[in-house]
Amino acid sequence: MTGLALHGDLIMGDTPLIRDLALDMPAGHWSCLLGPSGIGKSSIARLIAGLPGPQRLEGVLHTSDGQPLQGRVALMAQGGQLLPWADLVANVTIGARLRGARPDIPRARELLAQVGLYGLEQRRPTALSGGQQQRVALARVLIEDAPVVVLDEPFSALDTATRLAMQDLAARLLAGRTVILITHDPLEALRLADQAWLLGPDGAARLALPEGATPRDFRAPDLLVAQAALLACLQGHEPCNA
Amino acid sequence: MQRLNVAPLRALLALTVALAIWQAVVWLTGVPRFILPGPGRVAAALWDNAALLAEHARFTVANLLTGLVAGVALGVATALNLALSPGARLMLRPMLIFAQAVPVFALAPVLTLWLGYGAASKIVIVMLVIYFPVTSAFFDGLIRLPPALSDMAQMMRATPVRRLFLLQVPHALPALASGLRLAVVYAPFAVIIGEWVGSSRGLGHLMLLANGRGQTELMFAALFVLAGMSLALFAALERLLRTRLA
Repeated sequence: MTGLALHGDLIMGDTPLIRDLALDMPAGHWSCLLGPSGIGKSSIARLIAGLPGPQRLEGVLHTSDGQPLQGRVALMAQGGQLLPWADLVANVTIGARLRGARPDIPRARELLAQVGLYGLEQRRPTALSGGQQQRVALARVLIEDAPVVVLDEPFSALDTATRLAMQDLAARLLAGRTVILITHDPLEALRLADQAWLLGPDGAARLALPEGATPRDFRAPDLLVAQAALLACLQGHEPCNA
Repeated sequence: MQRLNVAPLRALLALTVALAIWQAVVWLTGVPRFILPGPGRVAAALWDNAALLAEHARFTVANLLTGLVAGVALGVATALNLALSPGARLMLRPMLIFAQAVPVFALAPVLTLWLGYGAASKIVIVMLVIYFPVTSAFFDGLIRLPPALSDMAQMMRATPVRRLFLLQVPHALPALASGLRLAVVYAPFAVIIGEWVGSSRGLGHLMLLANGRGQTELMFAALFVLAGMSLALFAALERLLRTRLA
C-alpha cells in the first residue's frame, strides 16, 4: 500500500497545461480529479501509470513508501482494453500470460462472478453490453492486484443507471486500495471520492465533499446540494468552494 | 440455409448466360474455330484430353501450392521479425520496398535461367510474387495494435515476444487474411508466367503448345482448367478463413 504525492507543473510538449499542481493522495483512499475535457486529466493518468506520451511533469511524483511506482499500478480506461478475440476468462488472465506467469483460472472465474458475470465466462467481449465490458475490465484490474489503481473515466461511456451501478461495484471491490479516479462527472466525484480536486490551468482546487462513507447515496440531500453547487461552479455562476 | 441453395443456382445461371453469349458470337460472326471455338468444341476438347490436362494440371497445382505455402510462411516469418526487431525493420523495409519496385514477373526469365525448366523456378516465382503482399499486410496489422491494448501490455509488463504472440498476432489475423486473399489471386498468374517463360510441363506450357499447333480448343480447355483451379483455391481459402477467423 502506498500513497502518492504529485507536485509541480504538467507540461504538454512545450506548453504548460496545469501549473502548481499539489495533489497528496493518501494510501488506501479514493482521490478524485475532476475537470473538463482537454484540461489534461488523462495526461495525469498516463503520468502516474508511467505510460509514454507528450506529457511531462516538471516537479515530483513520489510514493509514500518510497518504493518506485513502476509495476504497481493498474489502469482502467474508458474502453477498448479488452481482447475481442478472447473469451472473458482469457481477457481477465491476459496479464499473467503476458508476463509469462501461470494464469489463475479459478481466481478469474471467481472475480467474474464477483463483478456479476457468472455464467458468461465463455463469451467474447463483443457479445457484452458496455457496462458488462467494464465489469470485465474491473475484474482484470482486481486480478492484477496492484496497490495503486488509476481509473481514467472508466464509466463515462455508460448510461446513467449503469454508471451508478458500476460506481457502487467499483467502490465495494476496490475499497482499501489507493485509487485515483479521473472523471468529468461531478456526481461521480461526489459519490466516490475521499478527497477531490477540481483541475484548472492554474492548479487543483480542493473540493468540499459530503459527509459519509463511499459510495454515497445519490439521493442524499447533502449530496444533491453539493452537486448543484459544483455544477454552478463549473458553469462559472458561483465561486467554487474549497 | 436458403442463401446456401440460391448461390450455386445463381452462379449456374450466370454461367449459362455467358456460354449462350459465347455460342451466339461464334454463330453470328462465323469466326473460324482456330480463332474462337464454340463452347461445345471446347467441352469436347476437355473431355478428349482429360488425361493430358490432368497430368499437366497436376504439375501446375503442385508448384502453385508449394510456392503458396512457402511464400506465405516466408512472408509471415518476415513480418513477425520486422514487428519484433526495430533493427530488422531498418534493414529489411527498404529492401522490401526495392524488391517491390522490381516487377517480379520480369524476373521470371532470370529465375528460369538460374533454376532451370523444372519445378524450382515456378515455385520461386510464386513465392516472390506473393511474398510482398503477405508480408506487408501482416506487418501492417502487427504494428497497428490499438493504443489502449499497447498501454495495457506496458502496464502488465508484457515481454516483447508474448506481446507479439498474445496481442499483436491475434489482432493482425484479419490483415493477414487480406494478404492471403491477394496471394491466392496472384499465385496462379505467377505459376503460369513461370511456365510460359520456360517449362516442359504444366498448363501454361500446354497452352503455348496448343497455340503453336493451332489447337485452339485445347488452349481454351487448359484455360478453363486453370480458371477452375483458381476458383477452387479461392473458395478453399475463404472456407478456411471463415472457420478459423470467425
